[in-house]
Amino acid sequence: MSAVATTSKFKENAHEALTDARLQGALVHARNFSVRRAEAAARLPEFEALRDSARAVKDHTLAHLDLYLEAYERKVIESGGQVHYAQDAEEARRIIIELCRSLGAKSVTKGKSMISEEIGLNQALEAAGIEAVETDLGEYIIQLRGETPSHIIAPAIHVTKHDVEQDFRKAHRDLPPNRDLSEPEQLLAEARGVLRAKFLAADVGVTGANFLVAETGTSIIVTNEGNGDLTQILPKAHIVIASIEKIVPTLEDAAQLLRVLARSATGQDASVYTTLSTGPRRLGDPDGPSAYHVVILDNGRSSMLGGEFEDMLRCIRCGACMNHCPVYQAIGGHAYGWVYPGPMGAVLTPSLIGVAEGGQLPNASTFCGRCEEVCPVRIPLPKMMRHWREREFERHLSPAPFRYGLGLWAFFARRPMLYRFATDLAARAMHLAGRGKGRFSWAPLAGGWTQYRDLAAPETTTFQSQWRAKSGAVK
Amino acid sequence: MSAREAIFANVRRSLGVTGAEEPRRFEVEARLAKAPVGVVPKRGQGDAEARIATLKAEAERAAATIAEVATLAEVPGEVARFLRENNAPASLRMGADQRLAAMPWSATPLDIMHGPSDGHDLNAVSVAFAAIAETGTVALVSGADNPTTLNFLPDNQIVVVRRTDVVADYESVFVRLRETYGKGGAPRTVNFVTGPSRSADIEQTLLLGAHGPRRLHIVIAG
Repeated sequence: MSAVATTSKFKENAHEALTDARLQGALVHARNFSVRRAEAAARLPEFEALRDSARAVKDHTLAHLDLYLEAYERKVIESGGQVHYAQDAEEARRIIIELCRSLGAKSVTKGKSMISEEIGLNQALEAAGIEAVETDLGEYIIQLRGETPSHIIAPAIHVTKHDVEQDFRKAHRDLPPNRDLSEPEQLLAEARGVLRAKFLAADVGVTGANFLVAETGTSIIVTNEGNGDLTQILPKAHIVIASIEKIVPTLEDAAQLLRVLARSATGQDASVYTTLSTGPRRLGDPDGPSAYHVVILDNGRSSMLGGEFEDMLRCIRCGACMNHCPVYQAIGGHAYGWVYPGPMGAVLTPSLIGVAEGGQLPNASTFCGRCEEVCPVRIPLPKMMRHWREREFERHLSPAPFRYGLGLWAFFARRPMLYRFATDLAARAMHLAGRGKGRFSWAPLAGGWTQYRDLAAPETTTFQSQWRAKSGAVK
Repeated sequence: MSAREAIFANVRRSLGVTGAEEPRRFEVEARLAKAPVGVVPKRGQGDAEARIATLKAEAERAAATIAEVATLAEVPGEVARFLRENNAPASLRMGADQRLAAMPWSATPLDIMHGPSDGHDLNAVSVAFAAIAETGTVALVSGADNPTTLNFLPDNQIVVVRRTDVVADYESVFVRLRETYGKGGAPRTVNFVTGPSRSADIEQTLLLGAHGPRRLHIVIAG
């Protein structure tokens, strides 16, 4: 089992999120991302060309993934590291726990990793009697809260500073109870002090990887806090957990992707720390881990290659799609019910956990197209959400009223005369009924709409008949 | 079948790889051997003076401070000034880099300590492998000369960059890495550092000094 999914309850989750005043207050902060990304893109004349180049690097790599994986593996072993393969989440957890046990690990620090979330690593480590400490500030906060990330690069975006204050007071009991924790500065300072001790005491450090470089057998992580680096250089062993599509051929290829990653994610030209790690510490090195392991996870991805969802494997997890998504902005990340939220989650989740479980997510779209517009590797997210909707419909997984409604509409749509007659009649009737206000605050079968806004009453006649009248007049 | 075999088999099946793999192998080997350069921003390009000017501007945008001195011998004075002005204690940790060892530290009031950090140092100085004008970034490599712990544990990270080591872009650093460590080789760790540590995880309020250094001071010399 991976992290427990509530994706099948997406509708209920979304309704709950919309009425959660505290969450709505916190989500305001998620809106700054798009401004910063636009400024960063505008500052770099080559940005659009870099997006094309980044896409090409990923497409080339995916088309030769078996060969680049082999080359990568060879170089890791050459540099003194070890590579492990996991077909699914369960296997990945088992490998990491066995590694930790063989190293006699009691405490594990963790850099931020979505793959770790995907395989539910923290719970597995705790169940095995090994303390797992998230060190990214946002991840640390949600770990204290017993939650999952609500955003792939800002995991605690749904939390307010007052929530964090309460969480810290509950968790850090040995600190003076009357200390001031009212502002983010004080909260950060406290987390820094608490986690510094954890860094120094850890036996094993687990990080993800933004990229794995085949040319050199290098794993690359990108952070702003430096927590990923302290996680991997201080303990005696560094374990990297990464999925198969993180491979890139060369350092030059990694540079193409790095140039679009930070700009698309936080609007920085470069993240503060971009770190290349190759194998364990060398002869004469005074610091760094003595052992270096890479766990490569498939978990359904190899089956996406060559199919209609292959493009999704280009994703570099920048979060731009959710930062520009009106649905995500309204409901936050938890409503999506599994690890990956927003448009990328709506496409990836059904691929990884099945359309029966995750099939509702591709409906969480207005098809405004902004996600594709800002995607650094130009993933056609709306098109792929449409593919999923088609599959959901074909497999009779969509709700009955939706299916019957669509059938009814199709019946009329295939009979143009009847369609025009019926819509004309309906438009006139609704016009009459809505006379006076010009809108309805309630309508049969439209409760989902009228609960949040009024339904506009139509003009007297339909668009089609107005169009005919107008074009007739021109002729 | 092992997990490794199963994953490779499934990748090949999904990609529709038949027996005729020669052209694919050739393409992969050629790319790994040649490491073709992609799109490189113009921003960092130019002669030495232009690169240094861009490095300064970009590093400052990333909240680093940057100073320029004429010779390596003037570095200790600049480091002492920086620490004094930031009310930092007069102690400094460094690795075994010969260029640092050759500097006149005894002319400053600083207590010098050597070796990696155990987390109790407030100040450290390293020599950069290179600096990248494009993003105002310093590149540091691991080893006894400049231990990686010095880049993350102290509050004040000071990095000496020689004028000749200021390059235009990341690709220029990769070329230098291959010259030093051999094609396909790499040191244990390369740190590209752009400004001091930061976090915006609480209500998107950007704060410096998350887990790593609160300040990054770059000294361009000689």
